[in-house]
Amino acid sequence: MHQQQPFDSSLEKPQFPGASAEFVDNLEFIQPNVISGIPVYRVMDRQGKIINPSEDPQLSKETVLNFYQKMTLLNTMDRILYESQRQGRISFYMTNYGEEGTHIGSAAALESNDIVFGQYREAGVLMYRGFPLDLFMAQCYANADDLGKGRQMPVHYGSKDLNFVTISSPLATQIPQAVGAAYALKRENMNRAVICYFGEGAASEGDAHAGFNFSATLECPMIFFCRNNGYAISTPTNEQYRGDGIAARGPGYGMLSIRVDGNDVFAVYNATKEARRRAVAENQPFLIEAMTYRIGHHSTSDDSSAYRSVDEVNYWDKQDHPISRLRHYMTARSWWSEDDERSWRKQSRKTVMEAFERAERRLKPNPELLFTDVYQEMIPSLSKQRESLFRHIQQYKEHYPLDLYEK
Amino acid sequence: MAAAAARLLIRGSHQTLPISSVGTGKQSCIGNALLTLSSGCNSRLKTQRRHAAHFTFQPDPVPTQYGSTQKMNLFQSITSALDNTLASDPTAVIFGEDVAFGGVFRCTVGLRDKYGKDRVFNTPLCEQGIVGFGIGAAVAGATAIAEIQFADYIFPAFDQIVNEAAKYRYRSGNLFDCGNLTIRAPWGCVGHGSLYHSQSPEAFFAHCPGIKIVIPRGPTQAKGLLLSCIADNNPCIFFEPKILYRAAVEQVPVDAYTIPLSQAEVLQEGSDVTLVAWGTQIHVLREVANMAQEKLGVSCEVIDLRTILPWDNETVCKVSGHHSIVSIIVGHFIIGI
Ligand SMILES: Cc1ncc(C[n+]2csc(CCOP(=O)(O)OP(=O)(O)O)c2C)c(N)n1
Ligand SMILES: [Mg+2]
Repeated sequence: MHQQQPFDSSLEKPQFPGASAEFVDNLEFIQPNVISGIPVYRVMDRQGKIINPSEDPQLSKETVLNFYQKMTLLNTMDRILYESQRQGRISFYMTNYGEEGTHIGSAAALESNDIVFGQYREAGVLMYRGFPLDLFMAQCYANADDLGKGRQMPVHYGSKDLNFVTISSPLATQIPQAVGAAYALKRENMNRAVICYFGEGAASEGDAHAGFNFSATLECPMIFFCRNNGYAISTPTNEQYRGDGIAARGPGYGMLSIRVDGNDVFAVYNATKEARRRAVAENQPFLIEAMTYRIGHHSTSDDSSAYRSVDEVNYWDKQDHPISRLRHYMTARSWWSEDDERSWRKQSRKTVMEAFERAERRLKPNPELLFTDVYQEMIPSLSKQRESLFRHIQQYKEHYPLDLYEK
Repeated sequence: MAAAAARLLIRGSHQTLPISSVGTGKQSCIGNALLTLSSGCNSRLKTQRRHAAHFTFQPDPVPTQYGSTQKMNLFQSITSALDNTLASDPTAVIFGEDVAFGGVFRCTVGLRDKYGKDRVFNTPLCEQGIVGFGIGAAVAGATAIAEIQFADYIFPAFDQIVNEAAKYRYRSGNLFDCGNLTIRAPWGCVGHGSLYHSQSPEAFFAHCPGIKIVIPRGPTQAKGLLLSCIADNNPCIFFEPKILYRAAVEQVPVDAYTIPLSQAEVLQEGSDVTLVAWGTQIHVLREVANMAQEKLGVSCEVIDLRTILPWDNETVCKVSGHHSIVSIIVGHFIIGI
């Protein structure tokens, strides 16, 4: 642990236990922009050209193609699930459009036994880890295959096998939790880290402050990954904070911080990789602020034309998109042709549609599951309530579509 | 408290009679037959004393089934439980505000030196952080024992407790849980804590399925129940009656032992009326039961609920099937839902 300075009254230096610096004799307030203009680290320009060859992560063709396929598969899954909500087939959905680079770049830089605490717009991280399309669909349909037993709204995924902690709706609650998990991993000394994703909106919650401060003081192997996508539903960043974004807060907590171009999958990869390496080696937290743009509406319950212009959205969609940037990079190396693109698009759409149809046909979970897992054991009052529900359903079965549910 | 008690009463199926007593003095006595028996509630008498609260701690009999015992007050019995846990479970960690040097109520004295500063440590001053951190540590496999310095200050962590800890297992379909989390907090009045060092906030949590709430009446109970909370696979809140920390002394087993959760204890048989309470109020009730017998010839049954959630409906309703239940409320009596 960090040691407090020993007290020494002979020095003409301030001896307050809470700060160490020099005295000054002129009255001057610190400007808020002392740490303003934090630069944005990038590896590729918008045309997918490597700017500084020494920063090129030199990933194999196979790895890069995998990045690209995961990013586009995520995009395809989003389109189909978004559409299915519009048609009333699922209740709700949140797309990841425009943020694919932040997901895949960071996920690829982690070890598979690192624990992920997410917000809700990180489906690509789970996809990169190998979560099958069938399970994404099962969760969104809340069918009998949903690992969460149909208890949460769509996009609240979780996977024990893939070390991806189940998503929770209350914002930022995962941030101090991630720190606690990182502390437990540190004590196990098994060379593991925790990554915690959150939006720039969630970063305003008290829990974000709690997590930052705990991770620094308790020296946790932790990566805070903020997706700064410009909006929290309709609230733009200039109504969310007044400092220089989220990265500027790092120094206040005594934490290493970086701002990266989130639409540059290699920049995200490099930053996360190095943060992860050092977090584990040095037992300290890192803060990554990935600048990106939420191209889709906040969710299927939102119409963003009420608070932002189509031109603004179009710019990011057409001119600064993480998928097209990576595609430029691949094309320049002749790793990916028009034909490859066409057949991949066709194939990926087909796989997604097939998974979608399977999920739709599947039964809903057994209603019994309403009552389990509240406590590890079934408690008497819940078991009574369950019995009375089933008595009621039995009595009025003509009003309940029981054939849609597993028995 | 009112809420929990009232729910208890509604389910109790018979005539109900709420009593408010032994508050910090801010609470007037709600008129009822039993309270006029208590001199502690006579406001003129109260002003003569430094503390309005009156009760006589009644120690449990010396337990014989758990091996050798030692004289301990309630805070020492807590320390002893924590000591047993740290010794037997290498994943166990204890943390909170000022915990490292022994805690403001001395419950963790000596533990950092014995088990290391990575296992018994201070956190920044932030209750939502303490509980959130504890949840995450538990999710990752550690036995997490979080201290909230006073029950009055648990509210910044309300969301982490109610929306997170309580629902972790359910919402993940049992993929993840924080059953290894125990939250300890000093609870209730001592007589000079006033508004913000006296509260009994269990009712706020009693409506939240997924957590357990436990409040002991003395040192032996405290150690056994705390060890049960720590061992239990559900997140538990363990409220410690802080007026008993020093005032309550018993012979407490030195080794680890557990007392089952969700089991009320019938402390005294009686045939006319059932008195139900928990924590410090048990000692008030025992006195009240004696007075009721002596002065009114009323035979009272006394039950210590011990676990507020999930509570032991069966014991309370079974024994009281033939007469009315009186629940003793420590806090305010405004509404119970
Ligand atoms: C505690 C809490 N308050 C409010 C909400 C409602 N809500 C859901 S998402 C959201 C905006 C979050 O924005 P941000 O963190 O930037 O993430 P983004 O949606 O941009 O990915 C709000 C206000 C919530 N889920 N939880
Ligand atoms: Mg945002």
